[in-house]
Amino acid sequence: MSEDNDETQTAEETPVEEETESQDKVISPEKAEEAKLKARYPNLGHKPGGSDLLRKRLQKGQKYFDSGDYNMAKAKIKNKQLPTAAPEKTEITGDHIPTPQDLPQRKPSLVASKLAG
Amino acid sequence: MAGKRKLSERPGGGSSDVQWCFSQVKGAMDDDVAEADIISTVEFNHTGELLATGDKGGRVVIFQQEPESKNQPQCRGEYNVYSTFQSHEPEFDYLKSLEIEEKINKIRWLPQKNAAQFLLSTNDKTIKLWKISERDKRPEGYNLKEEDGRYRDPNSVTTLRVPVLRPMDLMVEASPRRVFANAHTYHINSISVNSDHETYLSADDLRINLWHLEITDRSFNIVDIKPANMEELTEVITAAEFHPDQCNTFVYSSSKGTIRLCDMRASALCDQHAKMFEEPEDPNNRSFFSEIISSISDVKFSHSGRYMMTRDYLSVKIWDLNMETRPVETYQVHEYLRSKLCSLYENDCIFDKFECCWNGNDSVVMTGSYNNFFRMFDRDYRQDVTFEASRENSKPRSVLKPRKISTGGKRKKDEISVDSLDFNKKILHTAWHPLDNIIAVATTNNLYIFQDKLN
Repeated sequence: MSEDNDETQTAEETPVEEETESQDKVISPEKAEEAKLKARYPNLGHKPGGSDLLRKRLQKGQKYFDSGDYNMAKAKIKNKQLPTAAPEKTEITGDHIPTPQDLPQRKPSLVASKLAG
Repeated sequence: MAGKRKLSERPGGGSSDVQWCFSQVKGAMDDDVAEADIISTVEFNHTGELLATGDKGGRVVIFQQEPESKNQPQCRGEYNVYSTFQSHEPEFDYLKSLEIEEKINKIRWLPQKNAAQFLLSTNDKTIKLWKISERDKRPEGYNLKEEDGRYRDPNSVTTLRVPVLRPMDLMVEASPRRVFANAHTYHINSISVNSDHETYLSADDLRINLWHLEITDRSFNIVDIKPANMEELTEVITAAEFHPDQCNTFVYSSSKGTIRLCDMRASALCDQHAKMFEEPEDPNNRSFFSEIISSISDVKFSHSGRYMMTRDYLSVKIWDLNMETRPVETYQVHEYLRSKLCSLYENDCIFDKFECCWNGNDSVVMTGSYNNFFRMFDRDYRQDVTFEASRENSKPRSVLKPRKISTGGKRKKDEISVDSLDFNKKILHTAWHPLDNIIAVATTNNLYIFQDKLN
């Protein structure tokens, strides 16, 4: 008895209908889902697993801090008085440059894990 | 049943004669889960006495199994907190404008060599070697110090005495012994200790590095799949592992559903694989989702070293290392999700990375699913079962009831329909005790421990 590549019989019914011939009108559930997705997002690219997706994955964690802007802002401020906490919310774009201090600081967890509780 | 071995002869047990019972649950009960509490890795050590968890907040908690009590010889010991420490902290790489998460991606134990325990823990960029040691004695009776540590006036010291070691309450200390940093441009997804107990590998999306446990300022690059032009990028490394006893052999899986086996004796840079495992695909069945759901999220060698298991989005596959053309066994984890792929793509669940694990004697494999379900597949008896990790089934020693999902129109009593599954409750991480029928199952922020019923 040699059973290669067995699939176990799961208890649940899984009505998977395979597309066997081109004349066969039954579409596999995967292709039906693909049609649904294309209907919702007509501009979806045709390279699903391709570079776009992968590059997005590789760039996880990207935040925007420009050291050039930061140093320019520092130089600008040196000539003026150090600004106190600006009351107005309308900041001129370009005058307010994010600094490392402005980035939401992610402090390490000071609280012990609840698993250890 | 002809040829059925007694349970006592099968330490791993098959799901056919094993009754799984709730044992313990760790973590907060409230539904409001802080992001830091999300469990990101679970791992037993080589004896199963210690169970480590890592979370998104960069913390490691280690549980230790209590020795079997003489009062209840048939009951296995419970797992209680042994040590907890902050392994990694959030960092910001200003040069690359990159936020480095403190989330612990993987923990791997080193085999024990002396009284202390060692483990490797890693986040996206840095691997650390932690030493966990016990202190149960302390010296008392110093000549120059008082018991509270203050120094005595030297003029008042008239006699000489030798400090004596006296027992104290057990203290477990964790200290970082090595920090292996700055070797990965991309995000580390795997670490694996070699059977030589001297080296280990770390893998990121595009490269795999080989380290010596004693040396932190250098590592060897052994796999590099970065294309010269990033526009040509077609696949990434998703997991890597050393062979359990051949120290020259390792495998790595890809986002395209292939596994490459490499032999470090062949060359310094193992870009040329020794074997490539790939199941041929029927081109008629190809869809937008095909490549995404074929991406392998985990690869694990069997304890015997003869097989390896891979987990992709919908299935678990067992490969014989001697056959590259197709897996020898395929188990459907949740095939009913194939007709939900559109919404699973929209809510990003299609990118969830499920892990898988073997039992001690490689007869049963386990993996997680949604709705806090987890599945076991018995390779010998060709049976599978679905269980749920929930507080509702958490009476001590209560037997777990198998769950059934109804896919057709008629839903039987006790069945759960696919549309009522909670896709936010995912079990990504599970671990099986190396020698016994004890499993650790992580829901989002709780750790469940189940054991088989001992009669």
